Amino acid sequence: MTELICITCPKGCHLTVDEENGFAVTGNACPRGEAYGKNELQHPVRVVTSTVRLTGGAAPRLPVKTDKPLPKDKVFDCMALLDAVVAAAPVKVGDVLLANICGTDVNIVATKNA
Amino acid sequence: MKYDLVVIGGGPAGLAAAHAAWEDGCKSICILERDKELGGILNQCIHNGFGLHFFKEELTGPEYAGRFIEMLRSTGVEVKTDAMVLDVTHDKQVHVVSAASGYEVLDAQSVVLAMGCRERTRGAIAIPGTRPAGVFTAGAAQRYLNIEGYMVGKRVVILGSGDIGLIMARRMTLEGAKVLACVELMPYSGGLTRNIVQCLNDFDIPLYLSHTITDIQGRDRVERVTVSQIDNKRQPIPGTEMVFDCDTVLLSVGLIPENELSRATGLEMDARTNGPVVYENMETSIPGVFACGNVVHVHDLVDFVTAESQRAGHAAAAYCAGQVAASTVIKPISAGNGVGYTVPQHIRMDAVTDAVSLFFRVRAVYRDAKIVITDETGAQIAAFAREHLAPGEMESIKLPRVLLDKVQGALTVSIEEGK
Repeated sequence: MTELICITCPKGCHLTVDEENGFAVTGNACPRGEAYGKNELQHPVRVVTSTVRLTGGAAPRLPVKTDKPLPKDKVFDCMALLDAVVAAAPVKVGDVLLANICGTDVNIVATKNA
Repeated sequence: MKYDLVVIGGGPAGLAAAHAAWEDGCKSICILERDKELGGILNQCIHNGFGLHFFKEELTGPEYAGRFIEMLRSTGVEVKTDAMVLDVTHDKQVHVVSAASGYEVLDAQSVVLAMGCRERTRGAIAIPGTRPAGVFTAGAAQRYLNIEGYMVGKRVVILGSGDIGLIMARRMTLEGAKVLACVELMPYSGGLTRNIVQCLNDFDIPLYLSHTITDIQGRDRVERVTVSQIDNKRQPIPGTEMVFDCDTVLLSVGLIPENELSRATGLEMDARTNGPVVYENMETSIPGVFACGNVVHVHDLVDFVTAESQRAGHAAAAYCAGQVAASTVIKPISAGNGVGYTVPQHIRMDAVTDAVSLFFRVRAVYRDAKIVITDETGAQIAAFAREHLAPGEMESIKLPRVLLDKVQGALTVSIEEGK
């Protein structure tokens, strides 16, 4: 049994995950908590949010995120990739700036119009 | 210029209030924003976790703001950016100065105050030591990093475990800084639990509860800080000092509603929230002047700012349409045992349709406690069980009209321990 705090929403449910019973989750208030509890002990993932360089816009940086959660052990590899990305205005929310990063189907997308 | 509604502040509160008023048929609205763009603090909150309640999906700050900016684009709501409001008079004249239009006086039938809040600074908490560069509020560092593109330091100690401090611990780590410690004066964290997990625990950043910074040293730039454990009177305990070699201190030590304008206007203020006293529809002590969002009380979640601001917007539209909230029976709400404040502070019974939501913060951490509502006779009107209550998490309860009708005089909200 492992105790976890769910990070899916700000409520922060205290979860208990039973590894010996198919990673059964208790203490969750919603289905997202169950999914989080199961995943966190088997293959933890995180959405990465950061910024990339922007040219031709009002600001020098453009906020971006991974469009899906990325395996947790690839978070710093993802950050390293972002160093080389330069977005050029105009950019719209959801525009893909870098596709299939770190050998996954996760893309880096813009989170602001610029 | 004449407007039905002038909204002061173009952050999430102002955007939601303006949009709600427009939807209700108020067609002459102007938003005044002092920054270059709408969106307020959401523009620098590039992390995700916003919108789960309101949009039912997980968004980043810029995305959440962007949704509202798009919604407003299809309306006739006027927006003035780079515009600083200097004064709001008792008869709702709004004095504003901007590079584009110079000095203007706008005549408003109704005003929504949505100025948000500010961070407490080093001066406000009087940390001893020298005064080198490298001491930032967490929000200022967040703006430098996320909007301006400057890395503010390499070895960081964070004072305070408020959400912005925790978010910045992760952000600085991802950008290659070493965050040595997060230091919290109180015996519990001031931020959301999920942020402790995903911002500190994920990166093995230690959280020192019941500790504070007792010295900042450095000539030109911060060179080291001393952290000490404190006793239950918040005094440093000699012999517990830890020294951290660092170049940066980030402060996440509380937010204060920004009410210079409200005070100058002469609104009745609540010393506990540092915001205006409001009725059930977010109207202040001056009829036709409404307030919403962090200017009223500091929220944890933007979704709740949106909901509160929509109520203010709806009420402002009703006021402009001539529906003035009657105030024959007013029930004051007071904060009892364990409760820091309540919003609203008064309920006008004539204005209540089906229910009133009360928002408040508790003063300590409770397990298996009850939120109890009593009236002036001491009679218990309602009780709500809670497994977990903490000062870092705003609480809310919904009181149906049928219960409120039973209340004799003032209401008191308090916390009772035990199931």
